Amino acid sequence: MDGSRAHASAPTYTSVCPLSEVPRLGARVIERAIESGGNVAVFRTAEDQVFALADRCPHKGGPLSQGIVHGDRVACPLHNWNIRLDTGTAVEPDEGCAARYPARVRNGLIEVALDGGIQIALDGAIVVAPDGA
Amino acid sequence: MVGNGMAGMRTLEELLQLAPDAYDITVFGAEPHPNYNRILLSPVLSGEQTLEEIVLNDRDWYATNGIALHLGKEVVKIDRVQRRVIAADGTVERYDRLLLATGSTPVILPVPGKELPGVITYRDIADTDAMIDAAKRFRHAVVIGGGLLGLEAANGLRLRGMDVTVVHLMPWLMERQLDRTAANLLQASLEAKGLTFRLEAKTERLVAGESGRVAAVGLAGGEMLPADLVVMAVGIRPNVRLAQEAGLHCDRGIVVNDTLQSFDPRIYAIGECVSHRGSTYGLVAPLFEMAKVCANHLAQMGIGRYGGSQTSTKLKVTGVDLFSAGNFTGGTDTEEIVLSDPANGVYKKLVLKGDKLIGSVLYGDTVDGAWYFKLVREGRSIGAIRDRLMFGESNLGDTGHQGQMRAMQLPDDAEICGCNGICKGRIVAAIKDRGLFTLDEVRKHTKASSSCGSCTGLVEQILMATAGGDYSASPKQKPLCGCTDRTHQDVRDAIREHKLTSIPAAMAFLEWRTPNGCATCRPALNYYLISTWPKEAKDDPQSRFINERAHANIQKDGTFSVVPRMWGGETTSSELRRIADVVDKYAIPTVKVTGGQRIDLLGVRKQDLPAVWRDLGMPSGHAYAKALRTVKTCVGSEWCRFGTQDSTQMGKDLERALWRMYAPHKVKLAVSGCPRNCAESGIKDVGVIGVESGWEIYVAGNGGIKTEVAQFLAKVKTAAEVLEYAGAFLQLYREEGWYLERTVHFVSRVGLDYVKKKILDDASERRALWERLQFALDGEPDPWHEPERASVDARQFVPLTPVSTAAPDRAATAVSAA
Repeated sequence: MDGSRAHASAPTYTSVCPLSEVPRLGARVIERAIESGGNVAVFRTAEDQVFALADRCPHKGGPLSQGIVHGDRVACPLHNWNIRLDTGTAVEPDEGCAARYPARVRNGLIEVALDGGIQIALDGAIVVAPDGA
Repeated sequence: MVGNGMAGMRTLEELLQLAPDAYDITVFGAEPHPNYNRILLSPVLSGEQTLEEIVLNDRDWYATNGIALHLGKEVVKIDRVQRRVIAADGTVERYDRLLLATGSTPVILPVPGKELPGVITYRDIADTDAMIDAAKRFRHAVVIGGGLLGLEAANGLRLRGMDVTVVHLMPWLMERQLDRTAANLLQASLEAKGLTFRLEAKTERLVAGESGRVAAVGLAGGEMLPADLVVMAVGIRPNVRLAQEAGLHCDRGIVVNDTLQSFDPRIYAIGECVSHRGSTYGLVAPLFEMAKVCANHLAQMGIGRYGGSQTSTKLKVTGVDLFSAGNFTGGTDTEEIVLSDPANGVYKKLVLKGDKLIGSVLYGDTVDGAWYFKLVREGRSIGAIRDRLMFGESNLGDTGHQGQMRAMQLPDDAEICGCNGICKGRIVAAIKDRGLFTLDEVRKHTKASSSCGSCTGLVEQILMATAGGDYSASPKQKPLCGCTDRTHQDVRDAIREHKLTSIPAAMAFLEWRTPNGCATCRPALNYYLISTWPKEAKDDPQSRFINERAHANIQKDGTFSVVPRMWGGETTSSELRRIADVVDKYAIPTVKVTGGQRIDLLGVRKQDLPAVWRDLGMPSGHAYAKALRTVKTCVGSEWCRFGTQDSTQMGKDLERALWRMYAPHKVKLAVSGCPRNCAESGIKDVGVIGVESGWEIYVAGNGGIKTEVAQFLAKVKTAAEVLEYAGAFLQLYREEGWYLERTVHFVSRVGLDYVKKKILDDASERRALWERLQFALDGEPDPWHEPERASVDARQFVPLTPVSTAAPDRAATAVSAA
């Protein structure tokens, strides 16, 4: 809860595609110009959770959407950094964070709040609430 | 836990990782300090490091992990009946499980005067402080004992300005770690640093001066050495008093079984105080191996067994490179290979028994110490490399380090890892600051040697010299990844024997610890499944690296490269025109000729890939996959005035027969039409060289990180035989190789003799292998032009477009859908 309270108002969700259009343990990309914040990767886990992160690894900008998704992490395809899908933070001992966008599934559709990514502080505790909470 | 030292604390750290809530933990430490790195007392003594720098777990760490810590309290009694321990100050704690990590105590010579002020041992921070203090006030020091510890103490005292004499009972220094020649070199270099030695000298008595403090050491024969400080470093013995008094069975140490339990199964013992299968250990690597097993058992995941360790030694005296491992003295049934270059101060001795390396002593140039130690531990046959063994692993062709061999002589700003741009100073700092002990930890924290691995030897040297004595290079049985304890071989065997045909089935059967693996194990499992059960196991694209999922080669900016397949490196005007048109139409920024005789189109946007492939009308080439890459050819007898065979046609035939062949790692072939070898067949996974009377086949060459010359496999007469032999070799590699193991490493692991037995000695086996390969490849689709049959997920080439804006959902504070 605390993480989104830092966000002044509730996020505005945009419908992106049906859940079934993103492969399990895979990702798709929302293309955006750099000046609009750049590409966003939309991930789907084995348990059908969805997450959205800036499609840029904090290490050297690798496209996270092209990585291997495992558990709640994605391995960057360029140098194998592991990034947590729920926070965008790199798994220790690597350090860094990819901007995170709120994402959810409604009526079988993936929705992402694209109005400005949330950068989580390295020690920031973000609470993942269940759908509809 | 009784004992707050490195072995015990390592056990707790491992235990906390496995089962953080299994126990309420209490630690007793006799010293008033939190756990520190005892190995680094010598650098503290010599002034190269401070006490604060060698602390491994500070007090906050204990508090954070909920561990009750009793410092400066010596446990004096174990009450096994009521299951409690009692400390000297009366503190009592109860236990369900007790871990004894009481370490060892220094041996004190039974000579007159041993209790005089100024006579100390060398074991802990208090001793180190006493030495530092004495060096400020006094001039003469005598160190009794010319072993590892004694010499480090002597060196440290000398660096602090004292006149130091080392008294040693034996004819040469470090007689348990060195042979006479190496010891003489060592002695000469220490003498150059200002140390004095008395060898074959027996200490008879210690004499007090007017102040009551020790003033001289009397040797047998009458010589008196002036001494304001006497350091006894004549050995250690396991500290078993507490265990003995509690009635636990002890010999030299506390006797433990393979799960580190004493004769009372509630009481574990670990570290220097134990006796395991008749051996005691005083070095850190075996203690850490024990810690892993013990923690495993305490966490009730009782799968680990400790089977004993072999140890190696590295002296931590700055400027002296010295390494020994295994049995280096040899015996009647051993042979020695010796290199001695006194002017350069280099001496190396390798001891062999049969075709195995059993020990080594290195002086002056220790770069290959870790490699030799690995060969000793693995007990691998070194017959094939015996002639080059002395010149070390790096002599086999490491690139990227300007031939630099001696890590400790390099300045801090010297680049060690050329891939990641990591210099020596950063590695040293990470090892010291973060208390790293293993190569894996250094790789994780610094990235050094984590990419191509060619600087591993240098990093290991820095690790040895910085973290001390020795360290675990790699366990004998390396697990596939962090998700499992199984090795690559275990996994391959299980998939074959139990006919596992899907990743979830394999993970369930092999008790994977993670729900869906990681980026290391999933591609390996996927390969093992499809190579073991072709046509039955289903390929999982999400378990393939992006290049094999998108069938193009990802570049640093997220674009891809496309390498149209040109069979045998031959092309036509029509193909070239199509390539040129595609480059223009899709504004492809770079066109590059590759080393494999192909044309690389770099910077293709992912969404353009399907159209680029369609317009090219050529397979894109597997130029990125763990698969057959290219077959490189020379022009051969068709045009060349020297050519003896039609190498181009042979290359085309091989490439047509083998393309779409996935393998544990990339596979490169070459065919040359004569021994001038213009196609560089000598450094390929399979290299074929035409001669007047037929074809020579070479295998397991490599032109990458280590240039490895391919080894001769067979000579055959016909092109059909070339296909059969090469195919059989590659199928053997496909069936038995470990994922990401190149042919050179596969052959060095199983031995060329084994390969020859399978392929040359047994014609039916060879034909069966070749048939299995053809069966696996038969009907395999072309992913560029039959994407549906190849189950290529076409959705990946289409970007998502947000379609409608949902109303702001005031109720939702969810940051993610669950």
